[in-house]
Amino acid sequence: MATKSSRSAARVMLAPAVILLLGWMLVPLTMTLFFSFKKYLPLRGDSLERGLDWVGFANYARFISSSSFWPSVQTTLVMVGCVLAVTVVLGILLALLLDQPFWGRGVVRILVIAPFFVMPTVSALVWKNMFMDPVNGLLAHLWRFFGAEPVSWLSDASLASVIMIVSWQWLPFATLILLTAIQSLDSEQLEAAEMDGAPALGRFAHIILPHLGRAITIVILIQTIFLLSIFAEIFVTTGGAFGTRTLTYLIFQRVVDSQNIGLGSAGGVYAIILANIVAIFLMRIVGKNLDR
Amino acid sequence: MARSITPRRKILTTAAAWAVGILIFFPIYWTILTSFKTEAQAINDPPLFLFFDWTLENYSVVQERSDYMRFLWNSLIVAGGSTLLGILVAVPAAWSMAFVPSRRTKDVLLWMLSTKMLPAVGVLYPISLIFVRFGLLDTRAGLIAVLMLVNLPIIVWMLYTYFKEIPGEILEAARMDGAGLKEEILHVLTPMAVPGIASTILLNVILAWNEAFWTLNLTAAKAAPLTAFIASYSSPEGLFFAKLSAASTMAIAPILILGWFSQKQLVRGLTFGAVK
Amino acid sequence: MYRRTALLAAGAFALAAAGSAAAEITIATVNNGDMIRMQGYTDRFTDETGIEVEWVTLEENVLRQRVTTDITTRGGQFDIMTIGMYEAPIWGANGWLVPLDDLSDEYDVDDILPAMAGGLSHDGTLYAAPFYGESSMIMYRKDLMEAAGLEMPEAPSWSFVRHAAEAMTDRGRDINGICLRGKAGWGEGGAFITAMSNSFGARWFDLDWNAQFDTRPWADTLNFFVGMMNDSGPAGYATNGFNENLSLFQQGKCGMWIDATVAASFVTNPAESTVADKVGFALAPDNGLGKRSNWLWAWALAIPAGTKQEGDAKKFIEWATSKEYIKLVAENEGWANVPPGARTSLYRNPNYRRVPFARMTLDSILTADPNDSTLEPSPYVGIQFAAIPEFAGIATEVSQEFAEVYAGRQTVEEALEKAQDITNDAMEAAGYR
Repeated sequence: MATKSSRSAARVMLAPAVILLLGWMLVPLTMTLFFSFKKYLPLRGDSLERGLDWVGFANYARFISSSSFWPSVQTTLVMVGCVLAVTVVLGILLALLLDQPFWGRGVVRILVIAPFFVMPTVSALVWKNMFMDPVNGLLAHLWRFFGAEPVSWLSDASLASVIMIVSWQWLPFATLILLTAIQSLDSEQLEAAEMDGAPALGRFAHIILPHLGRAITIVILIQTIFLLSIFAEIFVTTGGAFGTRTLTYLIFQRVVDSQNIGLGSAGGVYAIILANIVAIFLMRIVGKNLDR
Repeated sequence: MARSITPRRKILTTAAAWAVGILIFFPIYWTILTSFKTEAQAINDPPLFLFFDWTLENYSVVQERSDYMRFLWNSLIVAGGSTLLGILVAVPAAWSMAFVPSRRTKDVLLWMLSTKMLPAVGVLYPISLIFVRFGLLDTRAGLIAVLMLVNLPIIVWMLYTYFKEIPGEILEAARMDGAGLKEEILHVLTPMAVPGIASTILLNVILAWNEAFWTLNLTAAKAAPLTAFIASYSSPEGLFFAKLSAASTMAIAPILILGWFSQKQLVRGLTFGAVK
Repeated sequence: MYRRTALLAAGAFALAAAGSAAAEITIATVNNGDMIRMQGYTDRFTDETGIEVEWVTLEENVLRQRVTTDITTRGGQFDIMTIGMYEAPIWGANGWLVPLDDLSDEYDVDDILPAMAGGLSHDGTLYAAPFYGESSMIMYRKDLMEAAGLEMPEAPSWSFVRHAAEAMTDRGRDINGICLRGKAGWGEGGAFITAMSNSFGARWFDLDWNAQFDTRPWADTLNFFVGMMNDSGPAGYATNGFNENLSLFQQGKCGMWIDATVAASFVTNPAESTVADKVGFALAPDNGLGKRSNWLWAWALAIPAGTKQEGDAKKFIEWATSKEYIKLVAENEGWANVPPGARTSLYRNPNYRRVPFARMTLDSILTADPNDSTLEPSPYVGIQFAAIPEFAGIATEVSQEFAEVYAGRQTVEEALEKAQDITNDAMEAAGYR
């Protein structure tokens, strides 16, 4: 279908985006790689102008041998995995519910998508202070109302709390995409199944769920990209304490708190590797699903 | 909607849907409500839901302390500017990938997405040094550039999936009529692509508005958007729930209102090719 | 290539300078009460001098992150930075701050409390002017103390404090005998436990920079703290920092609170505090070893080297940390609300001496000595911190391990073992060991 001229035109049109992103990727990446092999402690007076000492793979070895490294990888995976699970499962249920006819669909849809518009910093602050505060938080009031001892959410159930906050933010996104997908489902097929006496659960498992496969893949892909670099929610709520230190946060501590740029850069390289492992894994699934 | 629905079922569905909707919306409602309370009322036990002396004091205190309009203006410029710039770059790219695909199109697309996986913290130093070198710190231009690059993969991808749904036969027909590339884009594609572009713009305004790492780290006073505004209310001394709520409401209100008014557009294009 | 960019940049600067005739300085500051009050008075400074002031007000952690990145990358975004006693000597030593050695005679630099000036200097040169200074002390409820049949000595011991805390605790009425910081972060719970450990004879490092968490005094400190807080502290104290404790105390939910002396003006302010008229003060506790558990801190204003507005920035610092500014606040808001702890003359002022917490604040500041904070000799300066660049990073992680203990998620032994590893590892990375 494409002629030669349109193909070369296409290349020209693609070029700006590719060049910009290539630059955006390569320049910082090269600098990060460069720093990761150097001793770079700016607070001790190290700077680019004065020249940095080459330390080989010392930063890499130190970063990975730190007692915080593996737990942080685990936390990252658990956090991303749980948020994905929560948003996808609740998203499907919510989409099924919102697909039903009921009064006030427009308003309810507005209510449901609202959290997606809230800044991560704001949502973390609001949840942390006004809901999860063990003394003055609304949840503490609620617990006391039922005669229970208020929970210290951010220390006793810290990871779960952060997962909850992040899930709240991303649930609207999942719901919207899944809802659109459900609405595109051929309703005649469903009706036929209903007439044949297929139970609701069966209809869901054999007709709706397969139809949603592609949408679920998309939700997982897009969310993973954003979730791997979650930062504000942790910074505001726990500061990485109580087992909520993700790989991203660990790098933040190395770079900003400790001001060890070399070590942090090595961590950044590890994070890129982890992201790519996750990406390859995802791309496999998505690639397959996208071709269908 | 040919399915027969008993009234009973509709009532039950309505109740359930509203309950869930209110539950999900509740934190935002509570924030807005608290912003109209005094600090003492804000932590009152039992919580006050409606009957308290509504006050605007928190808003005036917040406004007095920080010039809201300036942060708002910066947010508007930065979110709007980065989105428009991104669209300018992304539309041709997405168009070419959707209509003139090559063997490598999918690889290019996935590679673009993978650049978003670079952890921002990991490149804080390199980017800061580059910004210092080129005098971009605390400038809107610098922020617009960074946010454009951060969100470009998403823009390209969203547009790509949208363009791909435009049937190729229409293009064929246009070509048969002897339309050149320019006419093809202007008269045939653009009208069909407008809804997709609109929802892409909306999504990216939201993403850029809410971006809180680069906007905070690369600005000081002149280019600081609302994410920096909120950073001065996060934990001051003494009771602060009401003031925090007022500041939060001010920070999210514009985007919330925009989102609500345009939700139809947003939803229509927010499929990322999930529906075929 | 280099030269051309430099020329271009110089040209751009020249244009920018020519364009902005009205001088303007940008100040990064922390969002605490005294600083926000100062912002309110900025107009007067502008009226007097014609210098416009741009404020960048940030929460403490964000502020640290921002100004540190800015100073190490030579970002030059701020003409004045609000920094603490931890940063000032380190940055000064690196030549990143403008020395404040030519302040005017009217400013009377010798009036700054010696302890504060010392902590903000490097090699005898002042690099940051204190806006306010603080130590830590006990704030306690006189009524509850009386009800418990106890009397607070001027200089109590930890065992008395623990005993009193138990006696004052009344869970039914939601009263906790003692509220202390447990929150992770080197400037939050990390600062408290470090200052406390001094009175137990602990130290962070021996003279060869080896971490000391495997020593007895640290185990004693942590066990004592956890035991006391579990018996008499508020629920969820592992996430309580200065703010959380302040609001608990103001709501009447704490019998005692050991924290920054600046809190005294908040807890005695009837507009904010339900217990304003019932608060007494005492020195931070000791263990009879000769070291008390009070710290020393100042929020100070410093000028990053390389700013184009050095002269104007100095003018602002002279204004904001002057005796006249104190007078200005006193006239408008009362003596209890002036920024404390920075100037000797304030504590000679008869009006200020009538403020109930003035004397105890001064005594606390005077008993704190950053140069001799530990029982056994240590290689570092600082009381609740060690003034080395690596400390903030290390202590944040260590305090996170401690907070896990406070939350009941690991034992004291586990935390100390991890703290030892974290510290030694980081010190190795920095080339000390």
